[in-house]
Amino acid sequence: MTQYLLAVHGNEADYAEITPEQMQQMFADTERFNQQLQADGVWVFAGGLETVASASVVDGTGDAPVVTDGPYLETKEHIGGFWIIDVPDHDAAMRYAAAGSKACQGKVEVRPFQAE
Amino acid sequence: MSQDARAAVERIFRDEYGRLIASLVRRFGDIDLAEDAAGEALVRALEKWPEDGVPPNPGAWLTTTAGNRAIDRIRREKNRTSKHEAAVMIEDDTPHEPTGVIEDDRLRLIFTCCHPSLAPEARIALTLRLLGGLTVAEIASAFLVQETTMAQRITRAKGKIKGANIPYRVPEAEDLPVRVGAVLAVLLLIFNEGYLSSGDGDPVREELTGEAIRLARILHELLPADLEVTGLLAMLLLTEARRTARVRGGELVPLEEQDRGGWDRALIAEGHDLVRQCLAANRPGRYQILAAVNAVHTDAPTAAATDWSQVVALYDQLVRLDPSPIVALNRAVAVAELDGPEVALAIVERLPLEGYHAWHATRAELLRRLGRSAAAREQYDAALAVCDNQAERAFLLRKQGQLAG
Repeated sequence: MTQYLLAVHGNEADYAEITPEQMQQMFADTERFNQQLQADGVWVFAGGLETVASASVVDGTGDAPVVTDGPYLETKEHIGGFWIIDVPDHDAAMRYAAAGSKACQGKVEVRPFQAE
Repeated sequence: MSQDARAAVERIFRDEYGRLIASLVRRFGDIDLAEDAAGEALVRALEKWPEDGVPPNPGAWLTTTAGNRAIDRIRREKNRTSKHEAAVMIEDDTPHEPTGVIEDDRLRLIFTCCHPSLAPEARIALTLRLLGGLTVAEIASAFLVQETTMAQRITRAKGKIKGANIPYRVPEAEDLPVRVGAVLAVLLLIFNEGYLSSGDGDPVREELTGEAIRLARILHELLPADLEVTGLLAMLLLTEARRTARVRGGELVPLEEQDRGGWDRALIAEGHDLVRQCLAANRPGRYQILAAVNAVHTDAPTAAATDWSQVVALYDQLVRLDPSPIVALNRAVAVAELDGPEVALAIVERLPLEGYHAWHATRAELLRRLGRSAAAREQYDAALAVCDNQAERAFLLRKQGQLAG
């Protein structure tokens, strides 16, 4: 079994334009997907993130920590949420990622965790 | 050891390589370990076979020898892997013979090598390395890149397979058509790079066309019911049949000018037989239709006898499956023969293929036939600017040179 991070990347400006009905549908689909992960016994953890406006960066590599406002990368697309799942292999992870991507209407990056 | 004896051992090794690696990868779950063990088995074969003679089943001999080498290595490195895992690998002595068609180890491995999660150029390199048994140096020279670049590409892809835990298995039924499609696309790319090679080297590299056909034959043997696999094999055979007539004196010879006496009749007969199997099943797909187009061409005793209405009908069918501008371009070439260059040119000029050499070359040819020399000259220039096959360049330059003042 391998654990994978499924990270949802999206453009917050695009999300701001969708209708409340579409938003409702997305939440409902994502909730159903979460329940599926739990029913299949592959769920490890998942969560949605607040908007990037709430992000701060701290650099603790020097003598004293340096704090800056905003996300680490100034890009249009940011991670909006993620799942961590535990499945037999890459193909299984890709299947769940495809279903998760459809549910939350965003592109999903799949990355394996290092083996212990 | 004589050169002949060495070459004989290496030829057997190369023939058995795909099966050997695939079986070792299935057993040990590690491509690097499989390659190292196979390499050690080759060294052993080079020592023993010239003296003792080639064993009756060289594939089984290589598999057993390489398996033992791999186990030695695992024992030496035992503390680096869990004892249980190592024990499973050491005790598993699954026989060399495949247990069923679909279970063939090479089939699992080809799906791994052509996995959509790997970069397209890495899929090609891995397939040629692990299933074709080509050396990294051979693959690098076939694709005109530095050996170190190719080695890095392969190492990176193997690293991803390991890190991302990309499995060695035949995909599940619902994924199979898409995944087979990815494998066929890799085989076609290998073939095309051989058939219309880029760069300054030979315009045709028969080691690549030959290897693509060898792998397509294996895939067809493993998935005999998949008509698209049958179609691709037929298409490659019917194209390969014309290979030697296609280049003369370093210059590309277009289909209508080829010496049909130079076509390989055995390959054509085999290809036609496969196309008939596809037609009988009547579940057309992209590669089956392209094979049928090639069957019409290879069926005609002379260029003038070509059944162009049949070719256009096949392309009409293909357009419905794949409405891409490249398919429309190929259809237009057939339309020119059936309805004249003016009708074809009207179709071609609407296609959004600026910068694609075949689009410019087709326009040039149609304009030439219509007597529009100045416009044709410009299109030959545009085609030459983006064409990197030496034989095709020579052909385009000659055609351009023949235009009136």
